[in-house]
Formats: sequence, C-alpha cells, structure tokens
Amino acid sequence: MDISSWLIGKELWSQIGFMLLFAMVFILVFATPVAGILTYVERRVAGKIQSRVGPNRVGPQGFLQWVADAVKLILKEDFIPGDADRPLFRIAPYLVAIGTFLTLAIIPFGQRLVMSNLNVGVVYLVAVTGLVVAGILMSGWASNNKWSLLGGIRAAAQVVSYEIPTGLSLIVVVLLAGSLSMSQIVVEQSGGLGIFRWFIFHNPFSFLAFFLFFTSALAENNRIPFDIPEAESELVSGYNTEYSGFRFAAFFLAEFAMVWIVAGIATALFLGGWNFPGVPIDPQGFAGAAAGTLAFLAKSGALAVFILQIRWTLPRVRVDQLMSICWKYLVPISFFNVVMTALWIVLFKGKGIYDLITGIF
Amino acid sequence: MAEVKTDLMTLNMGPQHPSTHGVIRFVLQTDGEVIHQCVPDVGYLHRSIEKIAENLEYYQFMPFTDRVDYVAAINANLGWAVAVERFGGIEVPERGELLRIISAELVRIGSHLVAVGANTGDMGAVTPFLHALREREVTNDLIEELCGARLTHNYIRIGGVSFDAPKGWTDKCLSFLESFEPALDEFNRLITFNKIFRHRLGDVAVVTAQDAKDYGLVGPNLRASGVKWDCRKDDSYGLYSDLKFEVPVGAGLMGTTGDCWDRFWVRIEEMRQSMSIMRQAIARLNQVDGPVWNEKRVIKLPEGEFYARTESARGEMGYYIVSDGGKKPLRVKIRTGSFSAMSIIEKISRGVMIADLVAIIGSMDIVAPEIDR
Repeated sequence: MDISSWLIGKELWSQIGFMLLFAMVFILVFATPVAGILTYVERRVAGKIQSRVGPNRVGPQGFLQWVADAVKLILKEDFIPGDADRPLFRIAPYLVAIGTFLTLAIIPFGQRLVMSNLNVGVVYLVAVTGLVVAGILMSGWASNNKWSLLGGIRAAAQVVSYEIPTGLSLIVVVLLAGSLSMSQIVVEQSGGLGIFRWFIFHNPFSFLAFFLFFTSALAENNRIPFDIPEAESELVSGYNTEYSGFRFAAFFLAEFAMVWIVAGIATALFLGGWNFPGVPIDPQGFAGAAAGTLAFLAKSGALAVFILQIRWTLPRVRVDQLMSICWKYLVPISFFNVVMTALWIVLFKGKGIYDLITGIF
Repeated sequence: MAEVKTDLMTLNMGPQHPSTHGVIRFVLQTDGEVIHQCVPDVGYLHRSIEKIAENLEYYQFMPFTDRVDYVAAINANLGWAVAVERFGGIEVPERGELLRIISAELVRIGSHLVAVGANTGDMGAVTPFLHALREREVTNDLIEELCGARLTHNYIRIGGVSFDAPKGWTDKCLSFLESFEPALDEFNRLITFNKIFRHRLGDVAVVTAQDAKDYGLVGPNLRASGVKWDCRKDDSYGLYSDLKFEVPVGAGLMGTTGDCWDRFWVRIEEMRQSMSIMRQAIARLNQVDGPVWNEKRVIKLPEGEFYARTESARGEMGYYIVSDGGKKPLRVKIRTGSFSAMSIIEKISRGVMIADLVAIIGSMDIVAPEIDR
C-alpha cells in the first residue's frame, strides 16, 4: 500500500493529520520495538561472542529486557547541566531521532509496502541523514562539557567525510537502476532466479560498491570500528555524556534504529530488497506480499546482526586514521567505481554479469 | 587574512574517567585533540601504607602489602617477605619457596591478563578484555583454593607461606596451563595481530632504552624498550636461579622498539615464560616434602638500612627498610613500577592525540593503588 498516493485528493488538514498520526503510530509500534529488540539481540550476540550469557531474566530468554530498560530510562530524572544551552540541549536528541526515523519512510519493506514511494528517494535519504549530524553537533556544543564537544566535533568531521563515499556508492546503484526511487531500484533487481540480478552481483564494481557503502555507512552510523564520537574509553561517552532519561533514550533508540536502517538500505540497494527465489515480483494475494516482506526482513536482520558482530570483534580506529581511511582510500576508490560503472553500462549496454552469461546460451 | 587567535584547551581527564584505571587525574593542555602537555596528578588513592608500616611489627604489615598492588597481591607480599628474610636471616623451607614461585607466577599471569585485557578494552575492543578476564577467573579460583582469598591474598608469610597446597591442586594448575596455552593463541589471533590494533599501538609513544633507564622504568615497560633486565634473573631471589626461563624484550615487531605494541607484546610473552616457570616449579614441588613455613615468633632486623627488590607483575618492587633493631621498622619506603611509569607519561605524551594517551596508560599497565600506596 502506497499511503501517499492513497491520500491524494483528500483535504489538506486530513492529509497532514493522517500523516502525523501515522508517523506517531509507526514509530511507536514499529521503529521503537525494532530498535529495542535490536538492543536485546546485540546483548545476546555480545554474550555469545564473549562467552557469557547476556540478559536472560526478564521474559522468555530475557526477551523483554529491552522493555524493562526502556521503562527504566523513561523514569529517570531528565537532567540538564547547569550552564548548558537549554534550548539546543533539548532539541538535539529529537533532531537525531527525527533524522533517523524519517529514513524509514522510503525503505521498501515489500513489493507495495513502502510508506512513501518518493521519486527522489535516494536524494531524500542523503538529505534527512544530514539532520542527524546537526543534532549530534548541537548536543555536543550545548552540553557545556569538553568531552561532549570533542565528541560532537568528531562526529561532524566523520559524518561529513563519510557521506562522500556513501553518496558515491549510492550513485553506482542509481546508475545501474536508472532511477532514484527506492522501490524502482528494488524492482530493477528482480528476476535472475531471484538472486543473480541483485546489484551486488551486477558487475565487479557494484560488488565493490556494496562494501564501500557498508563500510562508510558503519562510519556514518558511529559504530565500531568507527565509533569515535562516542568512544567511551576516550571521551567518556562523547556527545551524549550529559544526557539522561528520555533524551538519552532518544539518542539510544535512534542509534539502534540506524543499525537496522543501514542494514535495510543496504539490502534494498544491493541485496535485492524483497527479491528472493520464490518471491513473486508482482504479488496478487497476501501470501506473496508477506513472502517479500519476510525476505526483506530476513536479509536486513542478518545484515544487522553482522553489524553487531563487527562491533564486538574489532577495536576502534583513531581519529586521524579514520580520516585517512576515508580520504585516502574510500573516496578515490568510490570515484573510480562510479566511473568504471558508467563505463560498464556503456560497454555492455547496462547488462549485468548474469545477463551476459545467459545471453551467450 | 587576519590570523585566527586560538587558545589551548585545558581538559581534565580523571579522576573519574573510564580509561584511567582507577583514580588518576591528568591535566591536559590540548590543541583540539592533540596534547601539548599532560600533567599527571597522583595522590587520589593515598592510604599512608608506608606510615602504617612504622606502627606494625614486620609480620603484621603483610596484609597491607596486598593493598599496595591488589592486582598482583602475592607479588607484593613476596617483596616484603624477601626483604625481611634476607636481612633478618630467616630461612625458608624449599616447599615454601616453590609454592611462592608457583603462586607468584600464577598471579603474574592474572595481572598481565588484566593489563593486556584492559589495554584492548581501551582501544574499543571489549571482547578480548572479557576473554582475558575469563582466563584470569581461573587463576583467581586456583589462588582461592590455595589461600581462601581471591584478590588480596595475604598468602605469603615471613619464612614461608601460610598454607600448603591442597590435594590435587598442582594437577589443577597443570590443567589450567594446558588450557591457557590455546586460549592465549586465540587471544593473539583475535586482537594482538589485528590490523586496526597494530596501527593503534605500533609506533605510538616510543620510549627509547636510554629514556627508559633515565626515568627508572621497570619490569615489562623497561624490557619493551629492549633492555634485558629482570630481577628474577639478574638479582635473583628465592629459587628463581634454579629455574630456566627467557626474558622477553621488545623488538619493534610492529614499529619501533619501545612503542605501545611492544609493551603489550612483552606481557603476552611473559605469560608464556610464567607458564614454563610454573611447570618446572610444580614438577619439583611434587618431589619435595616438608613444612612450608618456618614460623618465627619474634622477627627483628638488625639496626641499619636495607633494600631488597623483587620482580612484581609491574616490574621491580623494592622495599627500603630503616630499622633501629626493634620489632617494628623505623621507616618503610616502597618502590613501585607504576609510579615511575607515571613519571614518563608527561614526556612521551607530548604531541600525541587523546586516543593515544589512553593507549599509553593502558600499555604502561598503570595500577592506581601502586602509584599512591
């Protein structure tokens, strides 16, 4: 169901009202549990990796731990430090949360299950994630804490730098799909036995682009090995040091939602979205649509768990190393990738390796 | 274009900071993230242990030495015992000596595990830290079986040790060593040779051999700079001279000799040597019978000034005792490794980043109570 098209023709106030209501309900019933469950999964995965148990008391196998944690966080005192810049301090976490949750609007969960099938989806994606860095920088500045400030500045430098390789890797996909719409990009990857037309397998450069995207998305998301804005052993807790209660929960939720969102976007752009062997491209009934959504959730879930495993395996890079990785390696390789992909499209008339091989027979 | 006027930022790192390992404070003058000056501020954990010694008889002071270095308490015990025995003319039974060596090396392994584990934790890798602590848990269990305590052991007595090893304890030690060898290899695969980790520690905060000597660095920090000096070999005490072991030194495998990675690596290698020492000592212990403690009711040192040193997990641990011939020392001064390691931080942290300072503190294996006593 494409909600934005359903709303066309209605009165303006009902459009706005419905969208607000929908956004609230969506965040409450979908985004929050996803982020919460991911925190639980993360702690269990970490437990496995570190040969310990992890949370196992609240609910079956500790599954409800995240609910307890959320309740605890909300009940905490909402503390604002003495000399903080109060308005900025208050706004910052919500900017981060808004920037994160807005990206959910364009993720194609299934063949027709996308909140808004924007024709400039990819541009929108880059635009709203820019809000996150503004929020982080604000929180670092407003906290009136030097550690927070360092964290905020680190975050700004990091996210701005890594947006370039991310954006260039997105361009590779856009070139291949010929569209900026996320749904259209996924449709372009259908066929080929459900797997072989995924853009990751399209050509060697798109294969490389996936890893470039994944690495720089990790960095944009402030995850280990690129979690220097938070770096708890260096900057105490970075930009969110002074936050507590619900405002901290907003940061926390946004961070964990972002893990899954990054996984979801990588799935949609490179791993075929809802495409999987046996999933119909144009489903008629509920079963086909559900299968597509399930395939998407399974892929993005697996990728999210992979991100968590990376976090619990690797150490953190240093700030200058982080910058040199980006500017010395990722950015040039990304540029090379874009050019080579364009060349590939010209040389092979946009056909991927699968199409070339099947074309021989 | 007009010059932009910039100031240095004064940054207060500690005494409550996740990576100062206890209550240590550093006052940093930074230009952005680059440190211009780093002044260590010690004294937050001062408990007047040296003053307390003046009011206690020699044997009564033993539990306080635990608190000098609670990560490797038996090593601190041993230093006091060796100092008093050497100048009080007290013999130690062979079985007691061997149990001392076994327990001290076991504690050294545990302490080095904390050191390397905390260092990786500071670099953002939490998993190796927990793996290290998992192994240390076994050493704690073994020591608990030996003397009933897990942290402040108070195991060594002047003239021996407090308890003989329980039945089957040596076998448990051997089976731990058996399982620890592969665990250490796994640890190396997981983190020591990890590329990010090597780049974080290699070539960072190089301490030359000359600097190390000038600043009085001891133990693994000194050996990482390529100076082959180990009290167990060069100023031997107990039965260490009978045992065969190597003294690992830093060789600059991942950069320059004396960098943070070398300090990390020397500790890993020392754990292997400790394992070999333990195996030899256990083999000998199984053939030796007799008492473990040559208990003396009254312990007196002759009038004069005495200094004895032992190799603790953090390097040379010296006890300087001034005696007037009575039952209590007139003055005791404890020389510890962490204190001299603190003194060199100001020199080597000039021009590095805050993240590197964390690496330096971690690689120096600074334990707060040992600095302040």
